[in-house]
Amino acid sequence: MTDTITIIDYNAGNIRSVQRACSEIGAKASVTCDPAEIDEAGRIIFPGVGAAPSAMASVKETGVDAALTRAFEKGVPILGICIGAQIILDRSEEGDQICLGLIQGTTRRFNLTDKSLKIPHMGWNEVKLVRPHPLLNGIKGGDEFYFVHSYFPQPDNDEYVYAVTDYGIDFCSALGYRNLFATQFHPEKSGNLGLKLLERFTSWDGQSPDESVPGKGD
Amino acid sequence: MLSKRLITCLDVRDRNLAKSIKFANTKDIGDPVEKARQYYEDGVDEIVFYDITASRENRGIIIDIVEEVASQIFIPFSVGGGIRSVEDATRLRLAGAEKININSAAVLRKELISEIAHAIGSQSTILSMDIKQVEKTAAIPSGYEIVINGGATPTGIDGLEWAKQGEELGAGEFVVNSIDADGTKEGYELNLTRLIADMVSIPVIASGGAGNPEHLYEAYAEGHADGAVVASITHYGEYSCREIKDYLHGRGIKMRMNY
Repeated sequence: MTDTITIIDYNAGNIRSVQRACSEIGAKASVTCDPAEIDEAGRIIFPGVGAAPSAMASVKETGVDAALTRAFEKGVPILGICIGAQIILDRSEEGDQICLGLIQGTTRRFNLTDKSLKIPHMGWNEVKLVRPHPLLNGIKGGDEFYFVHSYFPQPDNDEYVYAVTDYGIDFCSALGYRNLFATQFHPEKSGNLGLKLLERFTSWDGQSPDESVPGKGD
Repeated sequence: MLSKRLITCLDVRDRNLAKSIKFANTKDIGDPVEKARQYYEDGVDEIVFYDITASRENRGIIIDIVEEVASQIFIPFSVGGGIRSVEDATRLRLAGAEKININSAAVLRKELISEIAHAIGSQSTILSMDIKQVEKTAAIPSGYEIVINGGATPTGIDGLEWAKQGEELGAGEFVVNSIDADGTKEGYELNLTRLIADMVSIPVIASGGAGNPEHLYEAYAEGHADGAVVASITHYGEYSCREIKDYLHGRGIKMRMNY
């Protein structure tokens, strides 16, 4: 594994802030949407803002979809962020979009009974661990991260949910399966705690505690 | 649940910061990039940069400051001042600003709100409103009038009506800045803030008038604000963000305490 992080740029917006955050923690990062370069990557960040349908259209058009799937199957450590945590599931309720299907599940829209809760869910909120994961090491009660989203990922298998956040409901804010980990929040915008998560990603071996769990994806 | 946000506002004039008193006199308070980094380390939740020369002297935004700030702070920040087009907004987004503040230009041409919201998303489109209390009239039934050009020009537009339109046009957040309270350190305009916060379904940020941490408590608890902007009380070291947050946390307000 090389130390360079390959940030996938599929026209999804917050690439430069992710790149800057990598630079802040001393990690080398390159930005690309070229499937050939993704095939060579030792470590991948799959970011994204915007909407699932336009994100999926971009990854298909660029061939990023197949390249990311190959990287996942090869065991390359991958970190998905925001939309990058949503379109790794089978489908999204946003535009009823078929997605990459790297983890079985659905991205759902907040359907909150408390109408005083505003959508998008935007701001700082607590990320509560439900099971340990190397990328979440050190996160403790009351640690908050920055969110901006109206949809959230919901894996079919609860074992793949590593953290939840309370916004009317406890929704999945961090999920993972094998060498793929993803956060609904933005580590690159979450101050020191977010930078630490990115730092842990730079040395992650791609092993998840879920390896022993027989998942539907096996 | 979401924490309330402590937001600081840095008025940028050339390479220097300025803090206004009722928008009239400005004095420099230092380098914006360095100051932003200090605030970031002190635990501020968000920063607003206003290019205060832009509106008045018809100058563009200083992109390089935004880029430099973006490589130094890793929390959301927004930029405002003199944004007149989708191009302005897009350039600032690419330079690293999470959100864009529009104000006077939207009053002069309200379609700008929907154009920018369409280009960069509602969640990144903040409508800042400078509001002054006036006599209630048929045109301004709430008694709160929108003013532009840093408070110098009345518009004849009712503040509450403008907020309603702004939300419909796609603004994702409001900054409610009371010209009467700005720089006085006597507290936020709570009535105005609450009227708007209770009326709309997007986040509302109270701005203008913070003199002590209790004023922030009032903005959240009585003004129903999602965030509150401080400037004078933190720029010169009177309070740190940590002290303000400790106080609010002690009063039962949910704040981001670990950083």
